[in-house]
Amino acid sequence: MREIDVREITSAVRKMCMDANYYLGDDVLSAIKKYEKTEESPLGKEILNQIIKNCGIAKDKQMPLCQDTGYSAVFAEVGQEVHFNGDFNEAINEGVRQGYKDGYLRKSVVEDPLRRKNTGDNTPAIITTKLVPGDKVTITILPKGGGSENMSRIKMLKPGDGEDGVKDFVVETVRIAGGNPCPPLIVGVGIGGLFDKVAHIAKHALLREVGSKHPDPYYAAMEEELLERINNTGVGPMGLGGRTTALAVHIEVHPCHIASLPAAVNTQCHSARHRETII
Amino acid sequence: MDYIKLTPPLKDEDIEKLKAGDRVLITGAMYTGRDAAHKKMVDLIEKNEKMPFDPIGQIIYFVGPAPAKPGQVMNSAGPTTSGRMNKFSPIVIGVGLKGMVGKGEMGAEVVEAMKKHKAAYMVATGGAGALIADRITGAEVVAWEELGPEAVRKLTVKDFPAIVAQDCHGGNIFVEGVEKYKR
Repeated sequence: MREIDVREITSAVRKMCMDANYYLGDDVLSAIKKYEKTEESPLGKEILNQIIKNCGIAKDKQMPLCQDTGYSAVFAEVGQEVHFNGDFNEAINEGVRQGYKDGYLRKSVVEDPLRRKNTGDNTPAIITTKLVPGDKVTITILPKGGGSENMSRIKMLKPGDGEDGVKDFVVETVRIAGGNPCPPLIVGVGIGGLFDKVAHIAKHALLREVGSKHPDPYYAAMEEELLERINNTGVGPMGLGGRTTALAVHIEVHPCHIASLPAAVNTQCHSARHRETII
Repeated sequence: MDYIKLTPPLKDEDIEKLKAGDRVLITGAMYTGRDAAHKKMVDLIEKNEKMPFDPIGQIIYFVGPAPAKPGQVMNSAGPTTSGRMNKFSPIVIGVGLKGMVGKGEMGAEVVEAMKKHKAAYMVATGGAGALIADRITGAEVVAWEELGPEAVRKLTVKDFPAIVAQDCHGGNIFVEGVEKYKR
């Protein structure tokens, strides 16, 4: 049994909230730079250029890349040999509270979806905890912006719709979204599971390193094909037309019911922010 | 491509020369407003009361900035999704607003009002909040401070970069641009 003081969790989460919002991951930035070189639309090229410059300014001035510093989605993998001294969930929320206050990040959470009063500290985080073997704790934070989240979709397809049905649904989602989710996107795709599970894996897929391939060659090929089809929609940077609509397509799959074929698309803007800490 | 310089207050002839796809640099005043502020502004207009600022010839920027650090004029301040203002903007255009800056496409009802009253919709780069903040040299709350990031602010900007997306002649870069680059 390993004892962990939850104050350690709070301080890690606090720092991750700030770092995720100030510094874009090298994988995402490299992909944007690569596409900036090949973008055919002059306006699209200018937009990609602004996005690259924005990363430099945010980093130098320690300010958020985007004013929408997101809803805090937290993924925790907890080793089953760990015992926490204190309230684990509250420790994460306290980290979010401190990070958003001390980091001058925008508080973008309302306490009730219809009555809409701001909670004032960006809590509560949405925390997904998974028990795993071992005595380590891995915490990942993904500040999710509203503009891109709003264009995400879920569909319960029929098994007979098959691979083509899923692919058409993904491409259609990106086309309908247009400029709203701030393309170029990372497109998180969930296939399988149940109604709730498919949305969750679509979001989890956003955490994968941009530029990495799916371990299963079948899905790696599907990702490549989808990326090409999405970039052929012509939506382009910020939806103004161009050849760069997505930087990557990431698929996650799960076993599912014999009667079902759930599919979900979680659209992620180019400010694809996430941080991970292992305790 | 050259930049067209815009200095509010704008007149009909300033708007008429703007075409979808033009790049502009805005210098001078811009007012901020998003969902909650638009609801309040439209309530005032419908009751025949005064808006918190004189809208004639002005530009509204759809933005909810991150809170400023001590000594900082403006923290990250990129555009928010404009479509959420579709039902409000025609009413504000009706009392003299000449321009809007946001991201994403605006609806047919806004385009109708833009044609009728001569107004233009421009986009700034979503997610470029730090770069845009660099072009904002002044900011003061003019109404509804309690709305926090959604309060109405008067910004002073210098060379604020935007692209004309939907113009007063029916031009629409979201349609024309996508058509040009799809395969």
